[in-house]
Amino acid sequence: MNTENRKLELLKEFSPQLLKTSKLSMAWMIFLVLAVLLSVYALILQIIKGHVITGMRDNVVWGIYIVNFIFFMGLSYAGALISGTMHLFKTPWRGPILRIGELITIIALSIGPLYILLCIGRLDRLHFLFLYPRIQSPITWDVIAITTDLFGCLIYLWLSFIRDFALMRDAAKGLKLPEWRVKLYTFLALGYYNTPSQQKRIKNVTNIMSAMIIAIAIIVYSVLAWIFSVTLQPGWHSTIFGPYFVIAAVFSGAGAMIIIMRVFRRVYHLEKYITKRHFVGVGIIMMVLAMFFAYFTFSEYLTKWYGSKKLDDDLINVLFTRYFWEFILANYFGTLLPIIVLGIPKFRTINSITIAAAIAVAALWMNRYLIVVPTLETPYMPIQDTRPEYIFYGATWIEYVLTFGGIAFFCLLFTVASKLIPIIPISEVVDAEQEEASRFKHIRELADKDDVKSSLYED
Amino acid sequence: MENEDLKNQSTDRRKFLKMGIISGISALAGASVISRLASAEEEQTSGEKMRLLTPDGKLVEVDKTHVYPSEGQEYISPAAARQGIPHRKFVMVIDLAKCKNARACVEKCQKGHNLPPHQEFMKVYMMQESKDSAPYWFPKPCFHCDKPLCVSVCPVGATYKRSDGIVLIDNERCIGCKFCMTGCPYSARVFNWEHYPQFELGKDQPYSPETSVPGVEGTVSKCDFCPDLVREGKLPYCVSSCPMGVIYYGDILEDIVTNGDETIRFSELIKNRAGYRHLEDLGTQPSVYYLPPVNRQFPIDRGLNDLDEEVAERYNNVPYMKDKKSKEDSK
Repeated sequence: MNTENRKLELLKEFSPQLLKTSKLSMAWMIFLVLAVLLSVYALILQIIKGHVITGMRDNVVWGIYIVNFIFFMGLSYAGALISGTMHLFKTPWRGPILRIGELITIIALSIGPLYILLCIGRLDRLHFLFLYPRIQSPITWDVIAITTDLFGCLIYLWLSFIRDFALMRDAAKGLKLPEWRVKLYTFLALGYYNTPSQQKRIKNVTNIMSAMIIAIAIIVYSVLAWIFSVTLQPGWHSTIFGPYFVIAAVFSGAGAMIIIMRVFRRVYHLEKYITKRHFVGVGIIMMVLAMFFAYFTFSEYLTKWYGSKKLDDDLINVLFTRYFWEFILANYFGTLLPIIVLGIPKFRTINSITIAAAIAVAALWMNRYLIVVPTLETPYMPIQDTRPEYIFYGATWIEYVLTFGGIAFFCLLFTVASKLIPIIPISEVVDAEQEEASRFKHIRELADKDDVKSSLYED
Repeated sequence: MENEDLKNQSTDRRKFLKMGIISGISALAGASVISRLASAEEEQTSGEKMRLLTPDGKLVEVDKTHVYPSEGQEYISPAAARQGIPHRKFVMVIDLAKCKNARACVEKCQKGHNLPPHQEFMKVYMMQESKDSAPYWFPKPCFHCDKPLCVSVCPVGATYKRSDGIVLIDNERCIGCKFCMTGCPYSARVFNWEHYPQFELGKDQPYSPETSVPGVEGTVSKCDFCPDLVREGKLPYCVSSCPMGVIYYGDILEDIVTNGDETIRFSELIKNRAGYRHLEDLGTQPSVYYLPPVNRQFPIDRGLNDLDEEVAERYNNVPYMKDKKSKEDSK
């Protein structure tokens, strides 16, 4: 069959990334493992010595751990919303980049919740969340929402992988894959043999799941925002936090997707598949989200600044004095740069789009920091009668190590995943090629029938 | 458990003894009615009855052999501490006109709860609403709100509101997520960031949320309104230690509060002295009332005398202190 041949052809093309590990990538993976091990050491220290070795204190009770939590949960939007939407609406160019989005989702979603665990003082009592749950608490909502999201995304990811797992299983002999990998693919392919009924079923289920994970992802991020906005704290007690967080999340997801597309394009030489079209496509999505995000940010801070409420005033003051440059990076550079780079066609090159995306992602991390920390530094009761080191927050090396450890773990899982399965979804790409071909054929037939001018199909 | 026991008792004995333990506030009840739990196996009776008045005003009859003098306080387990003391609703009134930041309340409370020196359940703020308004000393315990946000947001029910109005924390349940700390608009809660050496002081004592002792690392604690002392017929540490009698404690149902020296009707005190609650507009409905700092007995600076340098520095960012410092510098 033509399709099968095309798939095998593609698989052969991608097989070097699956079979060989270069010295450089070996070194890269060892570096990542070491970074993860270092953060495990930091975690053990934190558990033994207590949270006193972090920068968190009685006023700023949540620090960069919770910022990382929001950040990684935001990245997970890449797959859930962007891939999901592209799949659902059959965006013609989605093929080669779908899997990157899905992988970001599942990996970020496995790392994000680890950070909320780092904020918890008694990890040994974690099961109390299930033993004595109180549905009134937004944390319980969060536990329910995140587990649902994680399972939903795992199912969606698996569904989108099954056809390629089957392909790998069938091609294993030709590629001389080791025995354990053949077994792994056989298990993961769940007995899929590309029969017409299986094809139909997997298509239906994937469509349903892609719609479902969009809805679940929106709920998860809104719940996360409500953890902050249900409290009375100035800067948190805001009605727009739900949608604001959702927009920020998709924005960072799109940014992360562009960065990772750029990395794999370079490392695995995928110039033929991940083209400028994809960068501009995802870039435009990012630009639109940047505009929404800028709008939300502006209306959030304008109303605080314009009024005269003392606590809002104090917060704005702190943001524009002590956190001035952070504020400028987070809310000006991070939003304006993607808008300028993608808004003006002349600036749209792969590199400039990637740089804009990287700055946007960093700015969004900073934006979350500015939501969490300054608010906790300006509570209702003035911070008084407390030790000087309790007044301002500064992260310690433990927290930084654990932050970089999370990023390293993210990269590590991504690298390992790209060794197990082609980063370009072969079946999707072939599907898209056929879709395109049949669309073209369809137009041709219509034209023949209705005697439409031949110019229609000439390009 | 305790509740079932109460319900299942066929004789009045257990019921009475239970209530007898709950003595009133010392100043109100005078000498407290005291008894001890007799073991259930003892079934010998003398036939001679005694009539006793329970703190909630019921006249009960008990066999004479079942009445013993008290041998200290009954242990209130974490499960038992979830039940409030019946027929009580505790309230605190703080007279800002009398406070001079003597800090006896802070220190006695720390000692009573085995807190490390930098951790306070009771803090004393130098409040100054705006640059031209007069600063005053403002002792702040936990407000034990009737609509406590900290209780709403707790994912495991480690912090709870009791029928007697007290909000407590079960440190054996708390997972340390600190959500309650961000939920509380009054910064009443503190976190045990490490295993403080002071925790060792209460190590031999079984943990009770009513005493908050011994402290537990990685959990949240706060002012507990001292229900353990109330059960013994004593006043909370902050109330009994204050040299100025600033803090009144009492029962809003009985409409009575005391600072140990004088006992006053709560409603009259609030009416005559224009009592108010801090940040009333947040709608959390605190159980702590303040009497405005009018006709003050001490100038504000008196509160700065005899302070440790470290403590004195804690007030440096108040406009009044900044002003004062710049005046001194210019001299």
